[in-house]
Amino acid sequence: MVWGYHMNKMELLQGTLDVMVLQTLSTMGSLHGYGIARRIEQVSGNQVMLNQGTIYASLVRLQQRGWISAKWGTSENKRKAKFYTITRAGAKQLAADAAYWQRLTGVMERVFAVPAEES
Amino acid sequence: MKKLLALFRRSNLDSELNEELDAHLEMAVADNQRKGMSTQEARRAALASLGGVAAARETHREARGLPPLETLLQDVKFSLRTLRRDAGMAVFAILISGLGVGACATVFSVVHTLLMRDPLPGMDRLVWMQNNTGPGLSARTTQVGYLQEVQRSAKSFSEAAGFFAFYSLGDLKLTGTGEPERLTGVPVTGNFFRVLGVETQLGRQFTAEEAQVNGPRAVIMGHAFWKTRMNSDPGVIGRTLTLNEQPVTVVGVLPAYFDFAAIFAPGQKIDVFVPFPLAEQTNRFGNTLSLVARLNPGVTAPAAHAEMEVSARRWRDEHKNWNDFVPRVISMRDYISGNIRGAMMLLSGAVGLVMLIVCANLSNLLLARANARQKEIAIRAALGAGRGRLIRQMLVESSLLSGAGALFGLVLAVGATRFLASLDAKVPMLAQVTLDWTAVAFTIAVAALTGIGFGFVPALRGSMMELQSAMKAGDRGSSAGREHARIRGTLVVSEVALACLLLVGTGLLIRSFLRVLDVNLGFQPEHALAVRIDPGRRFPNISERNAYYRTALENVKAQTGIEAAGLTDVLPLGTNRSWGSGNVGKTYERGKYPLAYVRIVSDGYFKSMGIALIAGRDFGPGDTPSSERAIIINETMAKRQWPGENPIGQKVRADGERVVVGIVHDVRHLALEQDGGSEMYIPMWQTTDFPLADLVVRGNLAQRDMEAAIRGQLRAQDPTLPVTVFRTLQGIVDRSVSPRRLIVMLLATFAGFAVILASLGIYGVISYSVTQRKKEMGIRMALGASGGAIRLEVLLQTLRLAAIGLGLGLAASWTLTRMIAGMLFGIEPGDPMTFGGALLMLASVALLAGFVPAQRASQLNPVEALRTE
Repeated sequence: MVWGYHMNKMELLQGTLDVMVLQTLSTMGSLHGYGIARRIEQVSGNQVMLNQGTIYASLVRLQQRGWISAKWGTSENKRKAKFYTITRAGAKQLAADAAYWQRLTGVMERVFAVPAEES
Repeated sequence: MKKLLALFRRSNLDSELNEELDAHLEMAVADNQRKGMSTQEARRAALASLGGVAAARETHREARGLPPLETLLQDVKFSLRTLRRDAGMAVFAILISGLGVGACATVFSVVHTLLMRDPLPGMDRLVWMQNNTGPGLSARTTQVGYLQEVQRSAKSFSEAAGFFAFYSLGDLKLTGTGEPERLTGVPVTGNFFRVLGVETQLGRQFTAEEAQVNGPRAVIMGHAFWKTRMNSDPGVIGRTLTLNEQPVTVVGVLPAYFDFAAIFAPGQKIDVFVPFPLAEQTNRFGNTLSLVARLNPGVTAPAAHAEMEVSARRWRDEHKNWNDFVPRVISMRDYISGNIRGAMMLLSGAVGLVMLIVCANLSNLLLARANARQKEIAIRAALGAGRGRLIRQMLVESSLLSGAGALFGLVLAVGATRFLASLDAKVPMLAQVTLDWTAVAFTIAVAALTGIGFGFVPALRGSMMELQSAMKAGDRGSSAGREHARIRGTLVVSEVALACLLLVGTGLLIRSFLRVLDVNLGFQPEHALAVRIDPGRRFPNISERNAYYRTALENVKAQTGIEAAGLTDVLPLGTNRSWGSGNVGKTYERGKYPLAYVRIVSDGYFKSMGIALIAGRDFGPGDTPSSERAIIINETMAKRQWPGENPIGQKVRADGERVVVGIVHDVRHLALEQDGGSEMYIPMWQTTDFPLADLVVRGNLAQRDMEAAIRGQLRAQDPTLPVTVFRTLQGIVDRSVSPRRLIVMLLATFAGFAVILASLGIYGVISYSVTQRKKEMGIRMALGASGGAIRLEVLLQTLRLAAIGLGLGLAASWTLTRMIAGMLFGIEPGDPMTFGGALLMLASVALLAGFVPAQRASQLNPVEALRTE
């Protein structure tokens, strides 16, 4: 295959990154892009193949939808960085997304739990 | 909206993102260093987990901006750059698709105008009613009384009308408005425009009083005349003009959409219309009217024809002293386009073939290019170009090519339709041709689909192949490459076959055209001019009239450089009229009475026309009202009416009893393709029954000097005589073959274009295969094969392609040319000369096209050829 690398890590499903970013911001409060990326990697136990660059595309998307807001600030090592915060609309969206994912995982678990039938 | 704004705030957003990414990297590097990496290592790892700054920027942009629009601009820029690099190919593709689109759009516009557009409102209910008692206008027109019968009792028609078909160009002399001038006016029945559904733009139609004998004199202007001569003056209604030395009131102006000439008299210029009364007096003129009628709702043309056929029989029995009436009712559509339909179908077919060849050639070109680009595309994909992006870029590129081609074609089509409409060829509605946008849209779509189908699809496949093999193998020997070569070979074969078909068809029509031009006209059209000289007023008696014409004739003849001059009322290849011409003392059954085309001529006419006298004598000044009434007949009439006898001295009943004094050569006066039938000539000095006089002058002066000499003499004699419009006999002949010439001209253009395209197709395929086989040929030459052997091999390869195409093409021609047999003249559809010529021409063109690459192959330097790969 040409298009990818890191073959042994999990590829992110379309749309999951946005939810992860929202969830991260919801639990961590205000955070910059690098911080979000690191946090997602840590939480997943480094299981997720995260192309950190795509975080920024996700951030701009969420911003355009009004789910997060951004502000320039100073990082812990005195570096100028952009900090993102979840908005009220974002929190609502996150709640909806979380409910959806929980339902989906429940369904998937049950699907895989059905034993193979003898035929 | 935000996205749109983002497009304009792009640089600002970019710099913000850059800063953000810088911070990101810095923090990542710091973290990595904390884990114990060296500075360099830490930076590399940070970049790797970011996935590249450029890619991050790209996805960011894609997420925030209007990606289609923005990348589209980028794609257009990129495509223009690649096309410029490949300028030869691009120009060529644009040229051929443009020529194809232009040719197609033009022909379809012509076909649409000629065959489909209705030049009159509600034309589907209009019919043309023609008398059908023989050839010639006299037998095709109808006597006034029959029109009156139709108006009284026909159930099929809501209304019927007619116009006087024997009007001549320049019948009306306009004086009192500067230089005396001849106008062409058509006498029409009072209800003529109403039946056609044409409303006047200004003023009104003729009233019932104006349409009566000796009613108030009125004239309706055609739109073109009103516009050019009256400067579109809206106050023209009610004004008085002096026509033929009589005051006439302008009562109406016709609308711009109505062009009488385009429908009824193609190529002529009609200025005005005057009323033609339906009365006992005009009934006595004999057959004079061309009829039109409007069908009642629910009645078809064939049904109306059936009714007329039955009624005509009754009317003929009721009016035994009237001329015969055998009506034929056809729809107006058939009347306008019936004769030209076959030719139009032929042209459509031809242009369709041209478009097929264009598509084949375009495909060929783009396939070759796609082949060559597979490597490039593979590299771009490897460098990270997304598949969607590649596809989009290819689409943009092919759209740019077809767009430019379409634009070029459009310009061509606009020019070509204007040019065709400006020709005053004898083709109905040709003057009304305008660009038909449906045709334009359709042909552009065809060209664009070809571009996409053959430029884009192979490129798309290229983007999906295995990169490694594509980069390694280049294009040689890969399965796609082999397949393309096969497709291209097939395309070239079909191009040759189609070109062959076109060439044969065109060849047949060109040879027919030459045969037509070669026909023995019976007169000599070179070095002769004609001009109308009837003064447009009544003479008090025959001797004064004779004196007027005699003086004019002698004055003109006396000029140096003038060899002969004569007068006639009918020039060949124009209108014609026929009279009964029975032998005196012989009785004929009804319907068997002989008819002959009649011409009223002066002495000197045969000499000025170059018509050969076969036997007997010419007319002379001695043929006067008081001398023996004489007549000269043509050879056909002599053979028909006195088979095996000497006609000289025999008597004919035509305008009284006349003695045959001479026999002249037949003249092709109906059409070049058609025998003239029986013709007879009556001396002008002995009759009053002629409507006009054309002076025919033969001389060895330049045309302009001859015109000046004639004009000077005639003006000196009669200052009110308009002497403005001279016609050359050659011009009259040319005009009569103009429809044939037009079709041959268009077909020859298409055929030439097709041959060029086919030869380019051959060249492309052969030269591509030579490039591909360079290495193989190099090895063979290194092993001792001579350049000549290599060249022969390439030429044979070319001939093989051409031979398959020619075989198919000739076979197709053999069956298809039978369909145009009706348009041929003097040759068979299977004319071996034409087939042989097409074969020879295409074979030599193919060889020429193959020779260039063959020569290149034969001059290969083996060492270089082996080293290049």
